[in-house]
Amino acid sequence: MRVNLSVKIGKLNLKNPVILCSGTFSEELKYFLDFKKIGALVTKTITLKPNLGNPPPRTCETPSGLLNSIGLENPGLDLFLKRDLVKFLKWGVPIIVSITSIDEPEELFILAKELAKIKELKTIEVNLSCPNLRIKKLISQDKDATYNVVKKLRKISSQTLIVKLSPNVTDISEIALAAEKAGADSVSLINTVSAMAVDIQTRKPMLSTVTGGLSGPAIKPIALRAVWQVYQRVKIPIIGMGGIMDAKDAIEFILCGATAVGIGTANFVNPKASLEIIEGIKGYLEANRFKDIKELIGTLKV
Amino acid sequence: MSEINSKFQIPNSRVVENKKIKNKYFKMVIFCPPIAKYALPGQFVSIKIVDNYQPLLRRPFSIHRVQGKNIEILYEVIGKGTEILSRRKTDESIDVIGPLGNGFFYQEIISKFQIPILVSGGIGVAPFVFLAEELFQNSKFKIQNKPLVLLGAKTKNELLCEKDFKRLGCKVEVSTDDGSYGFKGKVTDLLKYLLSTINSQISTIYACGPGPMLKEVIDISKSYSIPTEVSLEGHMACGIGVCLGCVVNTKTGYKRVCKDGPVFKAEELVW
Ligand SMILES: Cc1cc2nc3c(=O)[nH]c(=O)nc-3n(C[C@H](O)[C@H](O)[C@H](O)COP(=O)(O)OP(=O)(O)OC[C@H]3O[C@@H](n4cnc5c(N)ncnc54)[C@H](O)[C@@H]3O)c2cc1C
Ligand SMILES: Cc1cc2nc3c(=O)[nH]c(=O)nc-3n(C[C@H](O)[C@H](O)[C@H](O)COP(=O)(O)O)c2cc1C
Ligand code: FES
Repeated sequence: MRVNLSVKIGKLNLKNPVILCSGTFSEELKYFLDFKKIGALVTKTITLKPNLGNPPPRTCETPSGLLNSIGLENPGLDLFLKRDLVKFLKWGVPIIVSITSIDEPEELFILAKELAKIKELKTIEVNLSCPNLRIKKLISQDKDATYNVVKKLRKISSQTLIVKLSPNVTDISEIALAAEKAGADSVSLINTVSAMAVDIQTRKPMLSTVTGGLSGPAIKPIALRAVWQVYQRVKIPIIGMGGIMDAKDAIEFILCGATAVGIGTANFVNPKASLEIIEGIKGYLEANRFKDIKELIGTLKV
Repeated sequence: MSEINSKFQIPNSRVVENKKIKNKYFKMVIFCPPIAKYALPGQFVSIKIVDNYQPLLRRPFSIHRVQGKNIEILYEVIGKGTEILSRRKTDESIDVIGPLGNGFFYQEIISKFQIPILVSGGIGVAPFVFLAEELFQNSKFKIQNKPLVLLGAKTKNELLCEKDFKRLGCKVEVSTDDGSYGFKGKVTDLLKYLLSTINSQISTIYACGPGPMLKEVIDISKSYSIPTEVSLEGHMACGIGVCLGCVVNTKTGYKRVCKDGPVFKAEELVW
C-alpha cells in the first residue's frame, strides 16, 4: 500500500510532514542525511545585521532536556544571502528562512522586504519567540503586538508566512489566533521554554546569561498541550515541535492537530533522527490502514 | 546526496573491551573500522551512552589510540554519563560518531631537528598517545627529535600512560601535585623549569588538560615564542558543528570547539 505523506503549509507543498527546526539544522547535517528526503529545512534565525550571540557557556544538559542561550549568533542578511542561501536553494528541498529583529522591529520589515525579492524562496518563518535576547518582552508574548507585526509582514510579503510562537505565555491560543487574523499562513510552536540551571559547586548559573531556553524530551508534554490548545482555536496549519525524538512522538503531535512536525534537539542526539521519523510515520499509517496522513491530523479521541 | 561521507556515518560499532585502568580511569576499546581508518591525533568521537534520554546528549571523547579496526578511548568517570559508560559490556553495540573536529598539526615538524613537547594535565593525556605514535610512525622522523612528554597528575596513583610513552621511546617527565612521584607541583611549573634548562630547539608545544592549565601553558610558551597548540574542552550539545553551543572566543570571533577545533593554535585564542 502506498501512503500519501504530503501536506500543505500555505502555498508550500511538503512531500512529507517532517521539518528540521531553526537553530538545530545546518549544512553539517549533510554528512548524515540526504536533505532531499526531508519535508523542509528551516535556517538558523537571521537578523539584519551580523550578531555575535552570547558568551559561552551557551548550553547545559538537564534531565531529558537541553538548555541553551546561543543568542541568535548569525552572519546577518548580506552574508547569509551570498554565502548560504544561494547554496541551500540548490539542494532540491524546500528552504524556509527564519528571521527576527533584535532591537528595532523595523529591521524585521526590512528583512522581509529583501527576502520577498528572492523568487526562488517561497517561505519565511518569523521567529517572534527567541527567549535568549536581552529584551524585556517578546512580540509573541502580546497578542496585539503579534497582530500588528504579522499584519505588516503580510503586506510586505506574499511568500508563505509562518509565525513561530513562544510557550512562555498565559494562553498561546490567543497569540496564534492573533497571528491567523493578521494573515499568517501557519503557526509553528513551540520555541524553547524559559528555564535555568545552577551549579552548586561554583554557586554560579550554568549559562552565561543565567536563563535560557529548554528543549528536548523534557518539554514534549508542554508542547503537545500547546499544539492541542491552538488546534482548537485556529484553522491555519500548525507545525508542532518540542521534544520530538522518534516517530511515536511525531504521531502524538499530529493527533493533537499538527499538520507538520519540527525536529530540533533530536538532530543533536541522533543526526539521522528525521529520516527514521519519516519512515516510522509511514509504517504507522500503513499498519493502521490510513492512505493519507491528512486523515490523522487532529483526530485525538477526547 | 554524494556528500554523505562514509567517515561520518554512524557505523555498527561494538564494545571490544571496557576495563578499569586505575581509580576512576577506564579504557574502552571499540570496534569501528571507518573511524579507525580516518582518525587523526587530536580528533574525537561522540558517544551516545544509553539508548534512552537520561542522559540525553552524546559525550565527546578524544581518540586515545587506533589499533587496526579498533579505536580506544581513555576516560575518567566524573558524572552520570561516564559512570554508565564504565558499566558497558564487551560485545554490546555502541553508538559512536566520528572522527570529529580538527586534530593536531604535526606533519611539518617531523623533518626538522626539533623537539615537540607534549604537556598534559590529568585525563588530558588521552589524545597524546595517538599523537606520539603518529610522530614515530612517520619514516622521516629522526632519532634526535623524540618527543618530550610532560605528564601532570594529582598524585602518583592517578598518573596515566607513563609506560605507553616510554615504550614508544619518548622522554617522559612527571609532576604530581603532592610530590608523590616526580616533580612536586603543577605540570606548568615543570614546563617552566624544563624550558629554562633545555638546550634543544623546540618545534611545538602541544597541550591538553583543564582550561586554567592551558592558559598557563600559553603564557609560558609565549614568553619563549614557541608555537603552541591546545586541545580545548567545550560544553557540546551536538558535537558536529550545528548548534553553535560550544564556542570559544578567537581573534576572528567565536569559533566552534567541535568543528573548528578542538585543537587551536594558541595565538588564535582570546581567552
Ligand atoms: C573534545 C573533547 C574531548 C574530550 N576527551 C575526553 C577524554 O578523552 N577522556 C575523558 O575522560 N574526557 C574527555 N572529555 C570530557 C568528557 O566529555 C566529559 O568528562 C564527559 O562528557 C562527562 O560526562 P558525564 O555525564 O560523566 O558528566 P556530567 O558532569 O554529568 O555531564 C554533564 C554535562 O556536562 C558535559 N561535561 C562535563 N564535563 C565536561 C568536560 N570536561 N568537557 C566537556 N563537557 C563536559 C557533559 O558532556 C554533559 O553534557 C572531552 C571533552 C571534549 C569537549
Ligand atoms: C541550540 C538551539 C538553537 C535554537 N535556535 C533557534 C533559532 O535560531 N530560531 C528559532 O526559531 N528557534 C530556535 N531554537 C528552537 C527550536 O527551533 C525548537 O523550537 C525548540 O528547540 C523545540 O524543539 P525540540 O525540543 O525538538 O528541540 C533553537 C533550539 C536549540 C536547542
Ligand atoms: S557542540 Fe554543537 S556546534 Fe559544537
